Amino acid sequence: MVLQRIGRMGLFLARAVLLAVTPPFKFSQLLKQIQFIGSQSVLVIFLTGAFSGMVLGLQGYYTLNRFGSAALLGPMVALSLIKELGPVLSALMVTGRAGSAITAEIGIMRITEQIDAIELMGVNPLRYLVVPKLLAGILALPLLTAIFDVVGIFGGYLIGVKLLGIGEGTYFAEMGNYVDLEDVLEGIYKSLCFGALIAWVCCYKGYYAGFGAKGVSKATTQAVVLSSVLILIWDYLMTSLLF
Amino acid sequence: MIKVEDIHNSFNSLEVLKGVTFEVAKGEILALIGRSGYGKSVLLKQVAGLMKPDRGRVLIDNKDIGSLRGKELEQLRSRFGFVFQNGALFDSLTIFENVAFPLIEKTKLSKQEIKNKVISTLDEVGLTGTEDKYPAQISGGMIRRAALARSLVRNPEIILFDEPTTGLDPIIGHAILNLIDSCHKRFGFTGILVTHEIPRAFDIVQKVAMLHEGKIQILASPQGILSSDDPVVQQFITGSIEGPIQYH
Repeated sequence: MVLQRIGRMGLFLARAVLLAVTPPFKFSQLLKQIQFIGSQSVLVIFLTGAFSGMVLGLQGYYTLNRFGSAALLGPMVALSLIKELGPVLSALMVTGRAGSAITAEIGIMRITEQIDAIELMGVNPLRYLVVPKLLAGILALPLLTAIFDVVGIFGGYLIGVKLLGIGEGTYFAEMGNYVDLEDVLEGIYKSLCFGALIAWVCCYKGYYAGFGAKGVSKATTQAVVLSSVLILIWDYLMTSLLF
Repeated sequence: MIKVEDIHNSFNSLEVLKGVTFEVAKGEILALIGRSGYGKSVLLKQVAGLMKPDRGRVLIDNKDIGSLRGKELEQLRSRFGFVFQNGALFDSLTIFENVAFPLIEKTKLSKQEIKNKVISTLDEVGLTGTEDKYPAQISGGMIRRAALARSLVRNPEIILFDEPTTGLDPIIGHAILNLIDSCHKRFGFTGILVTHEIPRAFDIVQKVAMLHEGKIQILASPQGILSSDDPVVQQFITGSIEGPIQYH
């Protein structure tokens, strides 16, 4: 049963990927989804990024200070954000904000026969509904993660430099010394994967939602929980196997 | 044009369709009547290729719709129109966008041509002035008319109607049936109409099939149905509680 479900999810993704690379392409739908998944998530990413960076600044300063290494606060904040917290927290925020909405929207379309209507007009519902969301997720997540990282680093700066008195030059210079391009790429690769994963799971759960309002609510809950757990598992696998 | 051959279907080991067979000739509308929850909508979805029967097949111009895949199925389906019980309009699109949807997706018409076509189709169904409204902002009767407009806009050869008047008041229901009739006379599509509007719907169809206990109980002209001496048919069309049909 579980294997069957995994297989069905895999086939769903494979079909969507195949349609994503074959014309006709739905550019207007893609732009709408980038706006929905990306632009509309900026505020929540900004807020979570700022406060994550500030907490890291605060906790990092007191921890590093015990070892006489408070000067390394900049690289500690930057590496934590760029390699782990940025991609993971951005992905979790997008799952909560956009992923749940994607599942609910597609689920309601399923139970009100709107997906059947699309199919009966000779339009492939996967191409129309799922592919733009998948591509938008892949494009939007790295950008949102970049915003999260930058805002977070600035949040750490506010606490470390402005509140706790670390030198401004020290904060940024040490960051330059310790953060490599590889670290940035690690974050980008992770966020690319998370973008695809959120769109895949949330679209799949909506597409095969059960009957009625209860079916859609169950699908939405499952989508958020499954996406969040898979994000953390995938994060561990990528970190341990690839980097 | 539409040939349904020996369709069988079960759900959770309950056999709903037990060998349904009928034909609809080109340009004809067939009314499919029968008790609620006994597989009429399922049968309609099988004709459209949305569901696959356990056994049997549906032929559209001698092509088995169940055996088609990908582009071939999409092409065949683009000859279909389907009016769903609740309209199934896209609730995030306006009425104009809903009706324009099949033209945008499946034709190469210019924006102006699409606009003209949508406006004239909305006019046909009496929905002028609702272009910018969303489905949630219009009445049930208007939703059915908008759904009919969306089905008609590409002049399909086949239109399947799944209880297009259910839940509407008698006057609006009558108006919808008249609209289907006038569109049929104008465009000459072939259709299957799942309905409980008995005998009113009989005025606009050429044949009637009654589905009973998973099989076609009778397939005849509307007059033939009304004058049938089959007690099952008589009980159903008169809506009598007494008779061979047991209700629970």
